[in-house]
Amino acid sequence: MNSENPGEIARFDNVGLRYGTDREVLTDVSFTLYKGSFYFLTGASGAGKSSLLRLLYLAQRPSRGVIRMFGTDAITLPRERLPGFRRRLGVVFQDFRLVPHLSAFDNVALPLRVAGVPEDDVTRPVADMLEWVGLGDRMAARPATLSGGEQQRVAIARAVIGRPDLLVADEPTGNVDPEMAVKLLRLFEALNRLGTTVVVATHDVHLLRKVPDSLIMRLDKGRLSDPTGALRYPPRRQVPA
Amino acid sequence: MNADTPPAPDWDELPHPAAPVPQAPPPPVPPPARGDGALVPQASLSGPMPWVIAIMVAMTVIAAAAGIALSNVAGSARAELSGGVTVQIVEARPELRDRQADAAARLLRGESGVVSVRAVPQAEIDALISPWLGEGRDEAGAIPVPALLDVRLDSGDGAAIPPARLAELRQRLRAVAPAARVDAQTGWLKPVFGAIASLQWLAVALVLLLAAAMSAAVLLAARSALGSHRETIEIVHLLGGTDIQIARIFQRATAIDAAVGGGAGFALAVAVILLLGSRFAELSAGLVDNGALLWTDWLLLVLVPVAAVALATVTARLSVLSSLRNL
Repeated sequence: MNSENPGEIARFDNVGLRYGTDREVLTDVSFTLYKGSFYFLTGASGAGKSSLLRLLYLAQRPSRGVIRMFGTDAITLPRERLPGFRRRLGVVFQDFRLVPHLSAFDNVALPLRVAGVPEDDVTRPVADMLEWVGLGDRMAARPATLSGGEQQRVAIARAVIGRPDLLVADEPTGNVDPEMAVKLLRLFEALNRLGTTVVVATHDVHLLRKVPDSLIMRLDKGRLSDPTGALRYPPRRQVPA
Repeated sequence: MNADTPPAPDWDELPHPAAPVPQAPPPPVPPPARGDGALVPQASLSGPMPWVIAIMVAMTVIAAAAGIALSNVAGSARAELSGGVTVQIVEARPELRDRQADAAARLLRGESGVVSVRAVPQAEIDALISPWLGEGRDEAGAIPVPALLDVRLDSGDGAAIPPARLAELRQRLRAVAPAARVDAQTGWLKPVFGAIASLQWLAVALVLLLAAAMSAAVLLAARSALGSHRETIEIVHLLGGTDIQIARIFQRATAIDAAVGGGAGFALAVAVILLLGSRFAELSAGLVDNGALLWTDWLLLVLVPVAAVALATVTARLSVLSSLRNL
């Protein structure tokens, strides 16, 4: 079933998540992500940021509530339709999750190859992307030989190479120096200007100020703070025409 | 934007999102790991699998070759003996024996459905019994030996002679040769054919058991490989990879293993078969000589490694798809 609002990328309604029989790590989370918006997800450690991101990048189904992704009910989505949705997502994992036996080049090329992009259309963009994140001379390096910051940049390059509709990044600047952090943020902004919705989970409050038009999603003990209801019902001006 | 901040990339310059092309000459691009197969290294999937498949294929080919050789032996013996009837004139007195033998031969030559009648020469009979009685049997015939008539009946498509037909022959011979005994030649070898048939079934059972064992080995190896590459598989899933894409990686790796193992196993089996064949050929022992494999049999044996590759590939695909559904 498709959403009535074409600008809606993701919508969470009263979503709850618990692992096993433990208490809920997310409780009654409701918000809507619109196309072309930029969100920062903040909160203390253990507030549920990573769990919320896992729901967003379809690695986890919620215990209750409704999640709609790209206008479709993501909870009842059949398994065979998941890959099509995941190809519209770019994910920067907190632990990078690079494929250990593949080079930096092949790791970045992975989403394109998985999507069946011809090899001729893979080489140049991947090389340029790695050049841009400062790893032009490390293309053939395996992840184990890269520093934490370099691995993070490879992970980011892999997440954005397919120009996703929704970019989800979990602490994407945690292992890079401030200059590279700003540079990577500019990369996200550039992608955002082209219509990609960006959600960045971060502890870095300085980073929030770098993107003036961003919205802040604050999680506190598994609950989303939304006193004005702006996350659930965004003001008209923030909804793209 | 801060003055130190690098410019944002211009996505529109490229078919896929990427940063602006740097002014410096483009860096050398490493040779890409092409295709899905590069996601999981072949070596880490294989392990002992090619060896296991080689052993399985070698044993299967040898078992199949044994079954085919036995089939050839049985078929050849049946063709040789079908329609064959031996008439023995069991009479101690040589004159009477010869007279009855002549009379029986005359009668049989006049019978309808009799293709040929050959009185086995005494020298041939002596040669047949010499292993038991020794050379130079006394000319006086102190030890009476039956006269033999080798008779061929028209048995159509090689079917056994019906007992009623034998009974009829016996009845007619009794009048001219009361000492005649009539036996179908295939009857003598009936227990041998029974034993050969049992061995053939044993060979078929062995082939099926080995195929099942190979499937089980491939299934375990595929599941083990899935377990050890779970992290990579999860990443590929999260990047939009399908179960079919992942299964293709494993089935391709398994097919390569099976092809390598199957080739080695087949080569080993051929060496063993040729060695055994040459040993049996040295025996020059009637029936055994007829067990030699024909070129059509070799074609059938070549299908064993091909079938092994197909079986291993399908098993790997199905087991991986089944396991992925539970992830």
